[in-house]
Amino acid sequence: MTAEVTFPINKQQLESFSNDRHEPKWFTDFRLSSLEQAVNLEMPKPDKTNISKWNFTSFGINANTAAGTSFDSLSDSVKTLVGEEKDVQNLLAQKNGQTIYQAVNEDLTSKGVIFTDIATALNDHEELVKKFYMQDAVSANEHRLTALHAALVNGGTFIYVPKDVEIEAPLQAVYAHEGDFGLFNHVLIVAEANSKLTYVENYISEGSGSEAVANLVAEVYLDEGAKVSFGAVDNLAETVTTYTNRRGQVNGRDAQLYWSLGQMNDGNTVSENTTYLMGEGSYGDAKTVSIGRGQQSQNFTTNIVHYGKNSDGQILKHGVMKDRATSIFNGVTKIINGATKANGEQTERVLMLSDKARGDANPILLIDEDDVTAGHAASVGNIDPLQMFYLMSRGMNRTEAERLIIHGFLAPVVDALAIETVKNQVFHVIERKVY
Amino acid sequence: MTKPNLSVKDLHVSIEEKEILKGLNIEVNGGEIHAVMGPNGTGKSTLASALMGHPSFEIEKGEAYLDNNNLFDMEVDERAQAGLFLAMQYPSEISGVTNSDFIRSAMNAQREEGDEVSLMKFIRQMDEKMDMLEIDQSFQHRYLNEGFSGGEKKRNEILQLMMLQPRMAILDEIDSGLDIDALKVVAKGVNSLRSEDFGCLIITHYQRLLNYITPDYVHVMMQGRIVKSGGPELAQKLEEHGYDWIKEEIGIEDETVGKE
Repeated sequence: MTAEVTFPINKQQLESFSNDRHEPKWFTDFRLSSLEQAVNLEMPKPDKTNISKWNFTSFGINANTAAGTSFDSLSDSVKTLVGEEKDVQNLLAQKNGQTIYQAVNEDLTSKGVIFTDIATALNDHEELVKKFYMQDAVSANEHRLTALHAALVNGGTFIYVPKDVEIEAPLQAVYAHEGDFGLFNHVLIVAEANSKLTYVENYISEGSGSEAVANLVAEVYLDEGAKVSFGAVDNLAETVTTYTNRRGQVNGRDAQLYWSLGQMNDGNTVSENTTYLMGEGSYGDAKTVSIGRGQQSQNFTTNIVHYGKNSDGQILKHGVMKDRATSIFNGVTKIINGATKANGEQTERVLMLSDKARGDANPILLIDEDDVTAGHAASVGNIDPLQMFYLMSRGMNRTEAERLIIHGFLAPVVDALAIETVKNQVFHVIERKVY
Repeated sequence: MTKPNLSVKDLHVSIEEKEILKGLNIEVNGGEIHAVMGPNGTGKSTLASALMGHPSFEIEKGEAYLDNNNLFDMEVDERAQAGLFLAMQYPSEISGVTNSDFIRSAMNAQREEGDEVSLMKFIRQMDEKMDMLEIDQSFQHRYLNEGFSGGEKKRNEILQLMMLQPRMAILDEIDSGLDIDALKVVAKGVNSLRSEDFGCLIITHYQRLLNYITPDYVHVMMQGRIVKSGGPELAQKLEEHGYDWIKEEIGIEDETVGKE
């Protein structure tokens, strides 16, 4: 017997919300049917983390954000991430789902690249969005949180890179959250054949903490030979309960998808990252790093699913645990029958800085094909005393030596973030969280 | 500044309750290079590790002073700050930390806040020392010792030695695994540091390194203590005649220590 679930918004309110945004009818209908589903669907069950008491359904629905246009009106924390106005090339900044600043290099526009918020995309590029939005990578009916997401989506970004277009400068998105607002952000990236894109997103909290929910979905679709690097730093406040689901559909032959995810939320978090390697010779590389501190509980699951022959999937998960925090690190390499010559490798390492913290590393290989190679390595442990001895023998004190080791441990993701200001920001986030 | 002085008296060291050093005495002054030789398993590397403060070793008895600093009262980093350096036989690998970031942090760790080495000066010094040690530029951006060959690790230890310019250095089997060309390069680096302000203790079980770095004193270790000392001619004699004559002279059959 499950208790009656209620959401802060009913069908009529949702319909008028959608109408106010001038959304296409199919989209409004999709919202409404998803809301209905959300009532009956089960919650997701992340392996080894009990989320039954977590708040995913109680939140504010008013963004209380005016659409901005000028760079100067951006908050300092956003400015830290994007640098100076003269250096900004391709940027979309949103606060509680509302676009507050946007810049797109004209060169990209002339090549047919689309980089805009999801609300605008629904109006200006309806057919493109419709073709991909919650079709293959993520479905609304997976569980209550995906259904709620589909019903309530209220922010996000659409990126489209046409065939053969290679974008060198990274596209940057900053999603600021404030107050008790329930943020339902959706990022949809479509990379056509032989295109190339680097995207970096930041989630940040502003103002003093109220209890809130972030329900975030990203979908990335890659056609033949496309190459996408997806970087992210999640840094939401302690009072925000977060569900993040980032998925890549590597459909085309020889397409390559690289994830570099810095998972630095301070609140309870379920984060799933899944890469479907559909194309022959496709490549997926999923790197995530995280820090757990305070009392927070987090679940990080990385899946790479091999369908394509000769597909190659690499998982790296590094986590630092302190205080009384709990984190579960699941790495799942799944090779479907017929994916001959596939290769899947994974590493999970957890560094324990406190004996009251808890960190579990679970490498899982699910292989239904004989002609493959796969491997895994996992460890949970303290800082190596011999590494400490080595660094201290060069004159660094204990704190400095530890700091160097921890930054090094998190470097696989930090070094891969393509934007210098974002790298600096995450460096400071690490400093603040560890010390 | 006065000449550096390392003074070790009646040192007893154990690992996992097994005594390895059994009353070792040695004194090294600025301007001097000492070689500690001996077959495997006689306690040579234990001496090096214990003086630096390796966490696996217990000091049971005895004392060690660098200048007026009692080493065994100091943390590992304090010993380094006081001017002690150990080129390690098996340096740790530290992923994610580039060699140049590491060396720069180490240099700054030994300086006052606000007196950090400038980036330009650091780059100039690195270039100069790396040239001398015939180290490829890519070395700077690789992660600390990660994936380094044995020879690269040794060169990297000497590079750190040259960048940090300690008062007293212990080189623990810095020659093992080096070919003759690499050996010459490493020797050139060490010889360039020779001065009244620098003392050096070289631990080795081959004489060949000493063809390129001429020691002022040579000591032979057996059973956890120094059993014979002399000048460079002692190393020559060991090269020609091995260690058996010393064992006979002092009346022992097994020179090793702490065997199961």
